[in-house]
Amino acid sequence: MIELEGLTKRYGEKVAVNHLTFTVRPGIVTGFLGPNGAGKSTTMRMMLGLDRPTAGDVRIDGQHYHQLKDPIKDIGALLDAKAMHGGRSAFNHLLCLAQSNGIPSSRVHEVLDTVGLTAVARKKAKGFSLGMGQRLGIAGALLGDPRILMFDEPVNGLDPEGIHWIRNLMKSLAAQGRTVFVSSHLMSEMALTADHLVVIGQGRLLADTSMADFIAQNSRSYVRIRSPHRERLLDVLHDAGITVVEAGGEALEVDGDKAERIGELAAQHQLVLHELSPQQASLEEAFMQLTAESVEYHAHSDTPVPADSPVGVWGDGWKEGRS
Amino acid sequence: MTAAQVIRSEWTKIRSVASTVWTLGLAAVVTIALGALISLLLKNQWSDLSRNDRLSFDPTYTSFAGMSLGQLAMIVFGVLVVSNEYSTGMIRTSLAAVPRRGMFLAGKLTVAAGLAFAVGVVTSFTAFFVGQAMLGDHSTSIGDTGVLRAVIGGAIYMTLIALFSMGVATMLRSPMLSLGILMPFFFLISNILGAVSATKKVGRYLPDQAGSKIMQVVTPVDNDTPYGPWGGLAIMVGWVAVALLGGYLVLRERDA
Repeated sequence: MIELEGLTKRYGEKVAVNHLTFTVRPGIVTGFLGPNGAGKSTTMRMMLGLDRPTAGDVRIDGQHYHQLKDPIKDIGALLDAKAMHGGRSAFNHLLCLAQSNGIPSSRVHEVLDTVGLTAVARKKAKGFSLGMGQRLGIAGALLGDPRILMFDEPVNGLDPEGIHWIRNLMKSLAAQGRTVFVSSHLMSEMALTADHLVVIGQGRLLADTSMADFIAQNSRSYVRIRSPHRERLLDVLHDAGITVVEAGGEALEVDGDKAERIGELAAQHQLVLHELSPQQASLEEAFMQLTAESVEYHAHSDTPVPADSPVGVWGDGWKEGRS
Repeated sequence: MTAAQVIRSEWTKIRSVASTVWTLGLAAVVTIALGALISLLLKNQWSDLSRNDRLSFDPTYTSFAGMSLGQLAMIVFGVLVVSNEYSTGMIRTSLAAVPRRGMFLAGKLTVAAGLAFAVGVVTSFTAFFVGQAMLGDHSTSIGDTGVLRAVIGGAIYMTLIALFSMGVATMLRSPMLSLGILMPFFFLISNILGAVSATKKVGRYLPDQAGSKIMQVVTPVDNDTPYGPWGGLAIMVGWVAVALLGGYLVLRERDA
């Protein structure tokens, strides 16, 4: 279990991490989501005692990181694939880590085997592809057989087979009752692996919710309608008690799964429809909506923002989920 | 976490990178070879030397003449041992495994200093014996007064140079910045300050000039240095202590 209490990191005037309070629980995969520059890596470095918090506290199973006797036996972390000396062989990289925490060298062979690097164990790390470096970093995280695991963007640079492998690895680690904390900037990736979601933007906590709740709140289904008789259709739908939202262009949107009903109403009133299509909002859209306010580096585009933003819809949901 | 674990880990780190072998190897080869060459040249030009030069002639110190160049390789060794951690990003992995930064630094210093001393002892004794062989009639013997002290002092000097460089590199973190300051300092500035009479009095308190007194056996005729071999070594130890303390404070306070 990892507990954050009002964790804050300030660099001069700039607040990188702003009063974060949440708990990462054992037995599940917790996804740590946020756009680039949201403060994910800074938060993770503070969890490992690498960066000193300006304020607040992190506890690993109730202890401060520097109080842990052999820390990598308690918490294993993959920070970035390049956090190693390229001139050292994979085996020696893991060996020096193992020795510092009193882990037998036999365990080095085991984890090399787990991540599939046994064949290149004696090769220098600088010759490794990004994916192999990532696997070596994961081997380092697994080395101490820790109860808590932390991965910063673990699927970066992995091929599809590698991504599949790391997903299953994280799930099986959680199934063994371990605490698994994994950061990503991809909602789609999290949807496949995480049981719980912590979302941050500009260092602030935006959501702390179960994945199931997030999906329930955000897989908004609606019906998209286009018609040359737009005004008359609006009246008809209004009379029938159906709420219509005017979306971009000529399109109208109606929440829920009401396509048949709308089609029948249009037929009754002899209104031509050019489009009547049931739609499903993606989780990625929901995530972008949630973090839109807090994205540090905006790429400007002319795409109009839909009139009906889902933020309000599910923003209430996660507040309930937190308690 | 015990000190023994950290030392074992640091030993694995230091022996598993190529830079250790080539820097220490270069330090030994350059010191020995250049010392031998200069000893040979002196022997051949003995008849050209002035009376004062003959009186001040120090066969032990002459065989260590290669140290001025060999120490540069020792500086590179000390800098790389520390700054490799930063330039590769390994430091985050290392400090996550050993979060007690004082213990981490102490382990690294112990291993690197131990290795530097071992190489220093071999280098120093070899440079001495090879140099004496080259000097022929003008040589001295290891049994003469002060000679053994000077030879072992040579090994200590090399170790202290490495430690000083490690302290500076821990403060500066960047290998280029550390080498960019240390190399010209030891190779040029210290020599210039020591050679110009106006700055000589300042120059002799610099770490290398003070420390190298430990390798002298014969006191020069016009000697006015206010300290002896051990005093000089103490001054150098002071410099090293300050550099290491500075390095420790930076490591303790700054984010990795």
